[in-house]
Amino acid sequence: MIKKEKKAKAEKISQAVVYVSLKEGVLDPQGLTIKRALEDLGYKGINEVRSGKFYEITLDASSLQNGKKLVAEISNKLLANPVIETFEIKGLR
Amino acid sequence: MKFGVVVFPGSNCDYDAYKALKDILHQKVEYLWHKDTSLQKSGCVILPGGFSYGDYLRTGAIARFSPIMKEVIKFAKSGGLVLGICNGFQILLEAGLLPGAMLQNSSLRFVCRWIHLKVERNDLPFTKACEIGQVLKIPVAHKEGNYYIDQDELVRLERERQVVFRYCNSQGELNSDSNPNGSLANIAGITNPKGNVLGLMPHPERASEGILGSADGKVIFESIAAHFKGRG
Repeated sequence: MIKKEKKAKAEKISQAVVYVSLKEGVLDPQGLTIKRALEDLGYKGINEVRSGKFYEITLDASSLQNGKKLVAEISNKLLANPVIETFEIKGLR
Repeated sequence: MKFGVVVFPGSNCDYDAYKALKDILHQKVEYLWHKDTSLQKSGCVILPGGFSYGDYLRTGAIARFSPIMKEVIKFAKSGGLVLGICNGFQILLEAGLLPGAMLQNSSLRFVCRWIHLKVERNDLPFTKACEIGQVLKIPVAHKEGNYYIDQDELVRLERERQVVFRYCNSQGELNSDSNPNGSLANIAGITNPKGNVLGLMPHPERASEGILGSADGKVIFESIAAHFKGRG
């Protein structure tokens, strides 16, 4: 009797965090307002506040390298607008 | 000639545009569903205002990948007339059909009020019924209308005369008081180098008959209709 071998799952789950922030030199009204609020609260020495967003992504990837490639691609294509924003991928494992 | 008004999930000025064109301008107009892949032979496509896909991620960022947008991009690149109003303008920026991007208003507030616009050029299908320097009273309603482009690109945009509308006061003077959102150079509307794609933040369809408080916005739709008149 031939036993059907259970196929090992080729994919493994990866996780990544993508940080999206406004490029240097692009006005960040939200960051400016937070900075002013901190000054109003009496905090001294706050030089700059820049705001941004982060996205936690879990995905199937055959290798860490492929996972990295995929996350970079979707960050470029959708998560960040290169006209005003930059992104950084962290915590990929 | 027929107008096509694209309906995205979250569009809320689609009917305003449809009604202005049909009942006030007496034009042929049809809705185009965002999942459709045909523009139904529209001569001019309108991307209306609203909050497509809930404005999630960035305004216009997800709508830009709708199936209909593939056709709109193709149509625009072949010279077809595309008008983006408010959220429609944001979608055109995300799609790369117009340069630059929108930041949050400098006030961080949603701004909904009447403003004045100065017409910079009348050699476009969208403005041919306007006078240069004409002041239009039209409302804005947005939170992300703070137009941004880097300095070199801004210089190029101005040199190529791509700025079509600027925020001004009722006398037509440009100043920071008349700028509702912090846009660079009081920019309210721009076109592409070919002049067949126009995006503007103010809502001409909401100022298309006197009962709404102003009929100044009508001239943009009249311009487009006049552009096609006699072309069959």
